[in-house]
Amino acid sequence: MFDYLQYVRQENFPHIWCAGCGDGIVLKALIRTMDKLGLSQDETVMVSGIGCSSRTPGYVDINTLHTTHGRAIAFATGVKIANPDLNVIVVTGDGDATAIGGNHFIHAARRNIDLTVLLYNNYIYGMTGGQCSPTTPRGANASTAQHGNLEPAFNISGLAIAAGASFVARGDAYHVKKLETLIGKALQKKGFSLVEVVSPCPTAFGRRNKMASPVKMMEQLRDTVVSVEKWEKMTGEERKGRFRTGILRDIEKPEFTAEYAKLIEKMRPEE
Amino acid sequence: MAGEQSASKKPAVITVNTNWCKGCEICVAFCPKDCLEMEGGKCRVARPDDCIKCMLCELRCPDFAITVE
Ligand code: SF4
Ligand code: SF4
Ligand code: SF4
Repeated sequence: MFDYLQYVRQENFPHIWCAGCGDGIVLKALIRTMDKLGLSQDETVMVSGIGCSSRTPGYVDINTLHTTHGRAIAFATGVKIANPDLNVIVVTGDGDATAIGGNHFIHAARRNIDLTVLLYNNYIYGMTGGQCSPTTPRGANASTAQHGNLEPAFNISGLAIAAGASFVARGDAYHVKKLETLIGKALQKKGFSLVEVVSPCPTAFGRRNKMASPVKMMEQLRDTVVSVEKWEKMTGEERKGRFRTGILRDIEKPEFTAEYAKLIEKMRPEE
Repeated sequence: MAGEQSASKKPAVITVNTNWCKGCEICVAFCPKDCLEMEGGKCRVARPDDCIKCMLCELRCPDFAITVE
């Protein structure tokens, strides 16, 4: 048994998320990882924007900041620059981070500032009533696409890699032990780290797409996720309808707050 | 290790916090030993003696509602 209670604000439970929502599963993986790495609750800050996943800070007993729609990464950047010793975690969703917050997302990746971004990708705007997000799959139903979405979806991990992130991984809410490993690597990385977590939203996405049951959504993850290692050996035909999880990028490059500290040293007047 | 062995032989104590459980059925569906059932929209521990303490139910419960000791 793992004791989650020391890490949560029990007075706010039961949490607001729907039955079978992946948000709670991902939060638990994050808590176990923080515990494993021995991250101090006092020196860890969680920043979120708006959306279902952005409710997460209300439940964790660390320093938390619930900000405005799409701006979590901007606030987190300020926190990190003001005190680079803090572990700064951003919790966001596909709508929050890649639609209204898209510019903050790509430029934080380009800047390579040491933030860990946990991005819950559930393919939809859950909180506001199931509108299409930038990752709603083509053909899927949404309240703003009742005859099927016409637009192609963003590949969030691909976007982060192209923008310059030093660590990018994709996990999912079914394979929770693997998710823990990926979050751990992201937290330890000095640089912009993204973990895109494919996570079920049975209410806003599932109900409109013949997967109203949380179990069905989890089964779909079980049956469509492929490891990056296996993915490499698959043909285009075999990859259809599946997606890969694992580490997609892990490189070393100058980190923004470290470079900033060097500049401060350089500009210090001589005694 | 002797200590570990005796610990693993101890029957599992599975606890469901019914105030937090939202009845998603994830624990029930993915328990490899079919230990859990649904009753009145909540998870109920039906066959604790069959539990192998794989912890999957505790790991995946979205509501922090089930623990295995
Ligand atoms: S609407 Fe979807 S994402 Fe939001 S809490 Fe419900 S299941 Fe989770
Ligand atoms: S620990 Fe494993 S075997 Fe035991 S009840 Fe949970 S899922 Fe079933
Ligand atoms: S996984 Fe948790 S919330 Fe879902 S039925 Fe089981 S105990 Fe209840």
